Amino acid sequence: MNSNILEIENLHVHFPIHIGTVHAVDNVCLDLHQGEVMGLVGESGCGKSTLGFSILKLLRPPGIIAGGKIRYHGSDIVKMDEKKLLDIRGKRIAMIFQDPLTSLNPLFCIGDQFVETIKTHENRISKKEALERAADMLRRLGIAPDRLSEYPHQMSGGMRQRIMIGIALVLNPDLLIADEPTTSLDVIVEAQFLDLLNELRQQFNLTILLISHNIGIVAQMADRVTVMYGGRLAETGDVDAVFAEPRHPYTRGLLYSIPNIKLDQPELHTMPGAPPDLVDPPAGCVFHPRCPHVMEKCRKDIPQPSKDNGHLTACWLYG
Amino acid sequence: MKYSPTATLARIISRWTQMGKKYGIEWWILVAGALIIMGVILMAILANLIAPYNPHDQNTGPQLAPPSQDHFMGTDNLQRDVFSRIMFGARTILGVAILAAIISSIVGIAIGLISGYAGGGFDKILSLVMDSIYSFPGLILAIAFAAMLEPGIISITFAVAVIYIPTYFRLVRGQTLTIKEELYVEAARAVGAPGITILAKYIFPNVIATTAVVFTMNVGDAIMIEAALTYLGLGLPPSVVDWGMDLAMGKKFLPSGQWWLITFPGAMISLLAVGFTMLGEGLAEILNPRLLEH
Amino acid sequence: MNNLLRYIIGRTLLTIPMIFILLSIIFVVVRVMPGDPVSSMLGGHAPEKVIEQKKEELGLNKPMILQYGNYLLQICRLDLGNSMIFKQRVIDAIREKLPATIELTFFGMLITLLVGVPLGAFAADKRRSAQDYSIRLFGIVIYCIPVYWLGLMLQMIFGIWLDLFPIAGRTGARVFVAGFDWSGLYVLDTIVAKDFTAFKDVIIHLVLPSVTLGLVLSGIFIRLTRANMLDVLKSDYILAAEARGIRHRRVVYKHALLNAFVPILTMMGLQVAILMAGAVLTETTFSWPGMGRLLLERIYLRDYPTIQGVIVVFALIVALVSLVVDIIYALVDPRVRY
Repeated sequence: MNSNILEIENLHVHFPIHIGTVHAVDNVCLDLHQGEVMGLVGESGCGKSTLGFSILKLLRPPGIIAGGKIRYHGSDIVKMDEKKLLDIRGKRIAMIFQDPLTSLNPLFCIGDQFVETIKTHENRISKKEALERAADMLRRLGIAPDRLSEYPHQMSGGMRQRIMIGIALVLNPDLLIADEPTTSLDVIVEAQFLDLLNELRQQFNLTILLISHNIGIVAQMADRVTVMYGGRLAETGDVDAVFAEPRHPYTRGLLYSIPNIKLDQPELHTMPGAPPDLVDPPAGCVFHPRCPHVMEKCRKDIPQPSKDNGHLTACWLYG
Repeated sequence: MKYSPTATLARIISRWTQMGKKYGIEWWILVAGALIIMGVILMAILANLIAPYNPHDQNTGPQLAPPSQDHFMGTDNLQRDVFSRIMFGARTILGVAILAAIISSIVGIAIGLISGYAGGGFDKILSLVMDSIYSFPGLILAIAFAAMLEPGIISITFAVAVIYIPTYFRLVRGQTLTIKEELYVEAARAVGAPGITILAKYIFPNVIATTAVVFTMNVGDAIMIEAALTYLGLGLPPSVVDWGMDLAMGKKFLPSGQWWLITFPGAMISLLAVGFTMLGEGLAEILNPRLLEH
Repeated sequence: MNNLLRYIIGRTLLTIPMIFILLSIIFVVVRVMPGDPVSSMLGGHAPEKVIEQKKEELGLNKPMILQYGNYLLQICRLDLGNSMIFKQRVIDAIREKLPATIELTFFGMLITLLVGVPLGAFAADKRRSAQDYSIRLFGIVIYCIPVYWLGLMLQMIFGIWLDLFPIAGRTGARVFVAGFDWSGLYVLDTIVAKDFTAFKDVIIHLVLPSVTLGLVLSGIFIRLTRANMLDVLKSDYILAAEARGIRHRRVVYKHALLNAFVPILTMMGLQVAILMAGAVLTETTFSWPGMGRLLLERIYLRDYPTIQGVIVVFALIVALVSLVVDIIYALVDPRVRY
């Protein structure tokens, strides 16, 4: 039964710059099941945010989608015309960003920002009705509706983050892409935010793509997880399976490098080497220069993800 | 040693193309500006040799004649050749502007350094004075000075120079304040280096790069102010050959259709100003790369 | 509200020392500069006694400090002295001519904003394209053109060759100014007096001078707007607005431009100085009866009190406008108040 809400097929995203072309996303495949939370993890520069941005074609120049398909309910977003794309944005697929202060226009009050979003997609609705919907949403988020007349800088970070979700969900989208939503929040606010996200997910029957370099929140929230490295897919599968039994050497390295207060560690584990140069990536498996299990094959051929009960790994150890 | 001119030219062009590739369009803007300026400077220096007539000669041909083979830019109401006047006029405008800029910069940088380094009440008062002058329309202040002084090269240079002193002052003072707080300056002070040494060795070299850009823009501005002053009849006596003054004179003949009297002087002023602006812009981009912006 | 008030008071207080300094400089320039105004006024060959008498009359014999103090006191009373040449109070001469300059600078600024801001925003949106580069080139070149030369060229093309617009004055020969003159701002006055023929005449006289002034200054605003827009377009809230499906044009010209415009408003305060300078040159070129032309007329006539008075008024205007713009900025941008 195909209940995939989004299917990313062989996506390539390039950034042509003066010294060459950055292969930010290299042949990545990803499916999002209806109603799930999919975590997308990896270190800075691995391409996870770029992937998130390309779903709604929000890439900043000079970034371009160089190949592949992004299928949403059958239609390919990559080839979609402007009108349909604008229709999807905000109404069917929504996105929230890392820094809530800078994500809200400082010159407009919260109410106006809600109303504009609503009216963009439902232009017959009256301002009064739109404000009522906004007030409704605020109530659901636990914020007093009279704050609609306030400005972003008058609110706390946590509140702004909730407003951002509010605006994103006010039109009842199917899919929410959250790019590093908790990175700028302190731990307590982060916990509240994740609770809220969970609640809203159930209320709105949302599918969420949770992009983060914080493995902890992904472990907490996600049903499935995808690990990216060097612009490519490393591993994907159920979150319990991947985190309990990581297969890809990178995933293993990632998990083992998280400090554990219960263990008596004299030293922190690190992975030797440095992230790859995305303009001139290593031949074969992009992780091979740092891999403790590297084989001859790894240096020459790019590993294809191997299927095994939904737990895919792009590594010659399993291929 | 013999240098073949073609080889040298080839070498220059290849070096320029290299820089062009490295810095992109800013380099070419800089080059364009520099070429324009050099062209005009050359014209000013070689005016004696190239100009077909004496710019003061009131008998070079028919009165108010349109451009022709004999007179590339026509003649004015005193039967003087416009083209020759343009060539010699370049000397006046460039001379005044560059001299004024040099004076401005020396004075402005000096008091900026001292004020910024000394600090305290002296600095505060001086800053307030400089800010006040800076916020006031420069041209009007220059008009005031030029009006009160006897027309002459010195007066007009003085009038133009005074209004730019605050620009250098603010720039240099700002930088001095920042650099003053740097650790290496503190270290030098701890070892007992006297103020002058610190100013000279640490602060001044850091300030030079930005100042070069400001200087270029300054000359461009000074050109405009000089021309404006002489257009208004201030600053220079009629015996000096000057583009601004020729514009003022030519303006009277506009209704009768003698367009060449104003077109050429004005175009030259614009060209020179554009040259300096381009040079300044190019320099600014290259010395303070804002690669992210473009 | 409390914060806003505090800001206004603070900002106003800052203006006072600046005005004071400018007034002092003006005093020094006009009084202390070499050259004896009185003897040149009397023709240079007048006998000593007559010169002394005249000086006594004008109070130029008193010690400099007293003259300075007197000068400041007079200004506080808004008494700018009397013209040395005409039987007229300086302040009256200025009052006559000031509205003309205000009208010119107002419409000049309008043109600058109408031309400069949209072009700058457009260039930023189409960054690195041919349109971007040509707009930027235009901006640089137009600012380098002397404003009076542009005026002369426009006069030549549109006034003389095409005969579309007048090239001098605020009104034509057949317009009866006294019939509507009230504030001195003729555009306003003719509307109030419901004299539409005069209104058309006034507007048509305004076209060339304000376009001249406005066009040259637009060069700065093109660059300013473009730079601010480039910054703003990188912001997260622009990205967020696009993510919500808001049309690109609206995102650029409403969301981005408004944010980019706010710092431009402050810039306008600084531009007043340049506007005034440009106005002086434009007035001379178009025989526009304003403060600039008054200044130059009196310079030729060596009427020092008037010269001083005009410059003082310029200084006060610049300081005042700068203050007002800063306050408006505080009103528009809610962040400044808190």
